[in-house]
Amino acid sequence: MPKAAATKKTKQKPVPKDMAKVMICMGTGGMSAGAGEVFAAFEEGLAQRNISATIGPRSCKVKRTGCRGLCAMDVLVDIDIPELGLHTYKQVKSEMVPEIIDQHILELQPVEKWLTGDDYHKFHDKQQRMVMFKCGIVDPESIDDYIAEGGYKALAKALKMEPEEVIEEVKKSGIRGRGGAGFPTGMKWGFCRAAPGNLKYIIVNADEGDPGAFMDRSLLEGNPHSVLEGLIIGAYAIGCLNGYFYCRAEYPLALRRLEIAIKEANEHGCLGENILGSGFSFQAAIKEGAGAFVCGEETALMASIEGKRGMPRPRPPFPAHQGLWKKPSNINNVETFANIPFIINNGGDWYASHGTDKSKGSKVFALTGRIKNTGLIEVPMGITLKEIVFDICGGVPGRNREFKAAQMGGPSGGCIPKELIDIPIDYDSLVEAGAIMGSGGVVIMDNTACMVDMARFFLAFTQQESCGKCVPCRIGTKTMLEILTRITEGNGKEGDVELLVSLANDIKGSSLCGLGQTAPNPVLSTIRYYRDEYDAHIREKRCPACACKALLKFEVIEDLCKMCGICLRQCPVEAVIWKPKTKAVIVKDKCIKCQTCIDACPFLAIN
Amino acid sequence: MCAESNKECCKPKIAVDLTAANEILDQYRGKPGALIPALQKVQEHYRWLSQPLVEHIARELNMFLSEVYGVVSFYSQFYTSPRGEYTIQICRGTACHVKGSLRILEQLAAELGVEPGEMTRDGKFTVEEVNCIGACGIAPVIVAGGKTFGSLTVAQALAAIRNFDSGV
Repeated sequence: MPKAAATKKTKQKPVPKDMAKVMICMGTGGMSAGAGEVFAAFEEGLAQRNISATIGPRSCKVKRTGCRGLCAMDVLVDIDIPELGLHTYKQVKSEMVPEIIDQHILELQPVEKWLTGDDYHKFHDKQQRMVMFKCGIVDPESIDDYIAEGGYKALAKALKMEPEEVIEEVKKSGIRGRGGAGFPTGMKWGFCRAAPGNLKYIIVNADEGDPGAFMDRSLLEGNPHSVLEGLIIGAYAIGCLNGYFYCRAEYPLALRRLEIAIKEANEHGCLGENILGSGFSFQAAIKEGAGAFVCGEETALMASIEGKRGMPRPRPPFPAHQGLWKKPSNINNVETFANIPFIINNGGDWYASHGTDKSKGSKVFALTGRIKNTGLIEVPMGITLKEIVFDICGGVPGRNREFKAAQMGGPSGGCIPKELIDIPIDYDSLVEAGAIMGSGGVVIMDNTACMVDMARFFLAFTQQESCGKCVPCRIGTKTMLEILTRITEGNGKEGDVELLVSLANDIKGSSLCGLGQTAPNPVLSTIRYYRDEYDAHIREKRCPACACKALLKFEVIEDLCKMCGICLRQCPVEAVIWKPKTKAVIVKDKCIKCQTCIDACPFLAIN
Repeated sequence: MCAESNKECCKPKIAVDLTAANEILDQYRGKPGALIPALQKVQEHYRWLSQPLVEHIARELNMFLSEVYGVVSFYSQFYTSPRGEYTIQICRGTACHVKGSLRILEQLAAELGVEPGEMTRDGKFTVEEVNCIGACGIAPVIVAGGKTFGSLTVAQALAAIRNFDSGV
């Protein structure tokens, strides 16, 4: 048993099992929906009503938890009272708290109208939550809570094994890197362990730059100790004395919780000198990024830790031989590390029994865009895209809006069109379809999304984030962006698409690092599946999805207008003339072309 | 003078109180990999990195000025022009893009009379685009003065800033 757990027993009374618990989701999503106020309202309300006296010997504890995934229903509040079981409230506001306390906690009558319904349960039914399981249960700012939930057991177990045995177990599990490329983790650790030298580094890549992916942030915010535990186990297996978390500065809450986790782990003997009395010592520190997407690339990330411009360098030598400060280094993604405690606790064979033949375990995906239940899900590998979109996430909302495509893998990935919605989600099937697993960002697009605009958006991103070191990426992406921009502005020429494809292939083949090698993917994949949209922009100067601003007329299509008046209600500058039972008219002088009406119109009647 | 008077080259040399910078730099002198955290801490205090500051940092950390500027100009979170009291960051991640963040950016910039990346004349706000802040579940998102606002329409975003302006 970890020393920490033992100290805990002697120092403070164990939490009684029948205690009533109020658990409030306080990730970034929850916080921006007002979780801070809700938390304060619960604490204040319970104090005012002197709860511990009212419900007999039982006390009631309010605790913060991390993101449980369903950000669309934030603030989510769980109330767990033994005789009632667990109830979950959705979209809680601080004003609702007194009633919830009075009815649910005091009278034992849950407030039905605010409880989550079928949607919430459907969202969870097909998921297989492993690394995300404890997010939403443990208090991310308390190591005691993590230990009470079985935390640091895997570390204690690993420290009793030989380092080689730990690596063997990870190899057996078949886990592949969750950062995107999918390299087998056990093999990577083995390389670094075998590299000569006493001074080695281990790094957590928390530079989650992929727009549309936020599982690393949620893990660090919701259960930072699980990542730290995985890191310490990795350090022991490889033989590292020092490790770093390289985390984006855009994630202030994750950084703060990580800092608390490292401090508490040090105090509890789970980190630092002579960890859990095993004789193994390891120090971990946080390095804050400074805003550069390319730093997610391993060699660039290491340059950044060294205090230099974050530019990648050619490999070999690979980081396993010459990485940070020219010493052998191992780098893994946040989610990969979070999986390690499960593998050690339950064994590699157990882990390998989940997922598909070549993709083991489960994967966390961030579902965003035009989808009903946005948020984080964790599903077994091999599940189909259809199940994710329709069964778990509730499909595409809005009248006359339908699923068009899923963009997977962010700026390095591609899209999966609706014809391929039955595709199983694993590393290899996605590559075949022209997308990648990536870090797991899935952006759902409906029929109002323009695929040319999407391609332009991603190219604009990669072009801006190109570090400029190699010519194909620096100049190639810029040229591609210029072509795409002129297409979306109605100035496209015959032959532009062919030129894009030829440039794309050259850039892919000759760029120095992953950023350039994958940057053309979104363009190639949209050309592959949506060539007709490119042609409409180029030949007819028309955007079929009504998204490219330069090609819009801002006129109401009278035949389609159903006279509902929603465009007037949504318009921020009152540029719409509408009365009941008349067709709407847009006043061009007043219109600021913000496209709010186009988004709002349920009948797609504005172009 | 060049046409854009807020360009670095045209500004009179500003006298900067370096006491705070010295205190910060004391923690970093002689440590490997110290430049980026040192710049971050100094910028946190002064809000932006003026030329005298960068020169001072280079001197104190015993590095070439070009080396330091190389790093400053590489990372998007180091600023070499003055920053407003509050920063309004408009997330330009994919999820926010699909949900119309460009519209919000355009309208907010128009409302405040600045281009993205610029500071308002009264020195109160700086409007900037920011890469995905990872709050995609509540897209489109802006962060104003450290507070996150999610699931916004153009009208709500404008209202949030107007309220901010009047100190509510």
